[in-house]
Amino acid sequence: MTTRIFGSGIKRREDPRLITGEARYTDDIKLPGVLHMAVVRSPYAHANIVSIDSSAAEAMDGVVAVYTSEDIGDGLAGLPTAWLIPDSDLKTPEHPALAKGKARYVGDGVAIVLADDRYRAQDAADAVVVEYEELPAVIDPEEAAQDGAPLIHDDVEGNIAFRWAPFDKEASDAVFAAADVVVSERILQQRLLPTAMEPRAAMAQYNPATQELTLWCTSQNPHIHRFIISAVTGLNENKVRVIAPEVGGGFGSKIPCYPDEALVSWAAIKLGVPVKWTETRSENYLITIHGRDHVQHVEMAASNDGKLLGVRATVYAGMGGYLSTAAPGIPTILHGLLYVGPYTIDSIYCESIGVMTNGTPTDAYRGAGRPEATFLLERMVDNVARALDMDPVELRRKNLIPAFEDGYDVAAGLTYDSGDYPAAFEKALDMAGYSDFRQAQADAQAQGRYLGIGVTAYTEMCGLGPSQVAGAVGFQGGLWESATVRVTPTGKVQALIGASPHGQGSETTLAQIISEELGFPVEDIEVVHGDTTETPMGWGTYGSRTTPVTGAALAHASRKLKEKARVLAAHLMEANVADIEYADGSFSVKGSPDQAQSIQDVALMAHLAWNMPEGMDPGFEESQFYDPPNFVYPFGTHIAIVEVDAETGEIELQRYIAVDDCGPQINPEVVAGQIHGGVVQGAAQALCEGVIYSDDGQLLTGTMQDYCMPKADMFPNFELGETVTPSPHHPIGVKGVGETGTIASTPTVYNAVLDALAPLGVKQIDMPLTSAKVWGAIQAARS
Amino acid sequence: MQVSMTVNGVAHEVDVDPRTLLVHFLREALDLTGTKIGCDTSQCGACTVHLDGKVLKSCTLLAVQADGCEVTTIEGLAEGGEHHPMQTAFWENHGLQCGYCTPGMIMASAAFVRDNPGASENEIRHYLEGNICRCTGYHNIVKAVKQVADSAAGA
Repeated sequence: MTTRIFGSGIKRREDPRLITGEARYTDDIKLPGVLHMAVVRSPYAHANIVSIDSSAAEAMDGVVAVYTSEDIGDGLAGLPTAWLIPDSDLKTPEHPALAKGKARYVGDGVAIVLADDRYRAQDAADAVVVEYEELPAVIDPEEAAQDGAPLIHDDVEGNIAFRWAPFDKEASDAVFAAADVVVSERILQQRLLPTAMEPRAAMAQYNPATQELTLWCTSQNPHIHRFIISAVTGLNENKVRVIAPEVGGGFGSKIPCYPDEALVSWAAIKLGVPVKWTETRSENYLITIHGRDHVQHVEMAASNDGKLLGVRATVYAGMGGYLSTAAPGIPTILHGLLYVGPYTIDSIYCESIGVMTNGTPTDAYRGAGRPEATFLLERMVDNVARALDMDPVELRRKNLIPAFEDGYDVAAGLTYDSGDYPAAFEKALDMAGYSDFRQAQADAQAQGRYLGIGVTAYTEMCGLGPSQVAGAVGFQGGLWESATVRVTPTGKVQALIGASPHGQGSETTLAQIISEELGFPVEDIEVVHGDTTETPMGWGTYGSRTTPVTGAALAHASRKLKEKARVLAAHLMEANVADIEYADGSFSVKGSPDQAQSIQDVALMAHLAWNMPEGMDPGFEESQFYDPPNFVYPFGTHIAIVEVDAETGEIELQRYIAVDDCGPQINPEVVAGQIHGGVVQGAAQALCEGVIYSDDGQLLTGTMQDYCMPKADMFPNFELGETVTPSPHHPIGVKGVGETGTIASTPTVYNAVLDALAPLGVKQIDMPLTSAKVWGAIQAARS
Repeated sequence: MQVSMTVNGVAHEVDVDPRTLLVHFLREALDLTGTKIGCDTSQCGACTVHLDGKVLKSCTLLAVQADGCEVTTIEGLAEGGEHHPMQTAFWENHGLQCGYCTPGMIMASAAFVRDNPGASENEIRHYLEGNICRCTGYHNIVKAVKQVADSAAGA
């Protein structure tokens, strides 16, 4: 007898190894004779490399070798850009593992040192003498796109890597020309540092006899890493094994294949000994991808009675010194297609210009393009409300798409799967007590206190995605997942998945799906992931896709096993298959409940194969490849209430209400955790996080001392609610929830602060809303 | 340089490079990799251990400075095969996701609650400023610590 655990907030199965320190992350794994790699990195944002003298470094104790780009020669191909968006005149400049002749951002690798100890490797890296000829640098993407800006790659004219504008400009212009009201704003989506708590690391071991390379690395997608490492080293893919052991968070930053992973692989092959590299946090901030970095010129059109008519934007998206693995897809496909949001907006237009700069390469960071879209949309809705002197809640209410159960086509060309935006909206307003808040706000203002409220309605596209769509938009891979449910003779389950969770709790939630489908107790189900040799092909964990896509694969594989079990159970009980009833992991014959075969009994008999029905193969294992027919579209409404101290500019986030709908919740505690973490990450963009570069491209926020990470004392307890609208195309109706918090919270908090500041005449402040900036804006508005 | 240290109740006598940080000593010389490294400026708290019973970020001390000391790491927190109450509370309250900050969080919180039974939510949030988590939004970490603080006060 099993208990029904789908929908139950059971404790996570991954936690015992994590709370005791027994989990093994990449840097925790040791190999005898390992050499440590340190990378000599450019201290200039843009510089010609005149000469490299490694003689002093090579003479130091414990140093085995120093290599430059010249030494590598054609031993490593350049790192590929893997999202080639069509119809955009895309340029993909070469990205060598070590800079060839020129460094393009601070941190660009120039040489590597291999030594017997990590301290000695770093000492020797410091002793490599590199002569540079410094060049003018450019960091701001809009500036980098102007005539006369320093040219970063000779083959990327004007620094424009792509120009993506798929929508009908004339139609959009006509809507704006005819509209009663047009509001506009220049929005800076500042650069952010993903800051997974585990810095990146990689260790490679090569066996010359078998020509097999094993690479342990901090990856969200080991199968993609295998694919790319095979391509850059020239090894056959079946001779490359990539293992993502315990991975300490990713938030997108562990999707790309970086030079460092290629370099340890090359060095391990070259030297015939294992090679390990672990980045420091300061190195992480310099070289691991950054997120966002948009300069957006945005307009929204509306009628006098508050109908939202259109949105259009020109976006300068900073790509950094090279085009990272998925970078071109982020400010385009994952951004411009989201301009409708949850509203009945019939006209959208987006021109997204990907610009090379002398910053660190950017790529997918939690939400990846969708937070940047949701922010501009919600910001402009508040601006329209102000222009029309209308309550922003009433304006949103008036424009929300009505409830739909199975498909709603929007102007972006997407078909939303299901939604009941008004239900989530009203629920959140009830929880917040919106109708009373405006009075409380007025009362507070009478006492010189400034309260504000921000309300965001959102929907987003995740569960990436149909492979046919991936192909059509230039993604150089599929977006399906595969899974095997393998039952041992003693009735224990191993579920092998191609995706690679790294903190999401999928070992628990995916086990709950299998338990629900087949009746095995969740304690008897192990989810195996992260090793390309042990697991079937999969495209990885990002884009809130593991529960929707891998979860569907597992549900289907489980259902195949259940059908096999039903036929075998009927055979064993000498009954007709049609008379077999199933409940809680047990098969019985209709009308004779005493006769039953448990799923474990059936598994054993399938393995023994002593008495199989005609034509049935032995064994108890099924696999499923699952390509989703559509994306999933979670949605919800978030509300923030803040108080701003007008004398100091300090912001207190007093309440945060989040109503999210991700379909049926497999484990509500895991869902809540995703929302809590996402909300803090997004709220921190509004409040405190932001990369600062000097004009010459030095990263001024280069350590945790300088970059403001959100801390526990900045936040209240969160108030969560949910509505449940299943996805119609998904076998268990679930939608992704990994990014919703981040997508919704930035505009929610920002709009709350601007609402509080409205009586003081402040209309706009660039993020992050530090107390200094808020105070300055208040002073400026007063004078 | 020779260093003597009792770590998780086991006495060690090891020859170390004098510049070795305590955290590298624990992780590399003693293979106690439960203690993590998340930054290089003593902000993140992933490397938090107990040194002679006091909370310490082990990246701020050289191994040789801990000569003659008693160190407890996350591997030594459980007693008699039972999780420490703070470990249990983190598990029960979903106070972790990727787990990387968790050893430091638990070590810091365990000492804090030992010294401050009955601590309020505000006090807990303020105290945890020295430990950074990117996954949980702190909500369930605070809940876990509060649960242990409440039960410590009731005991």
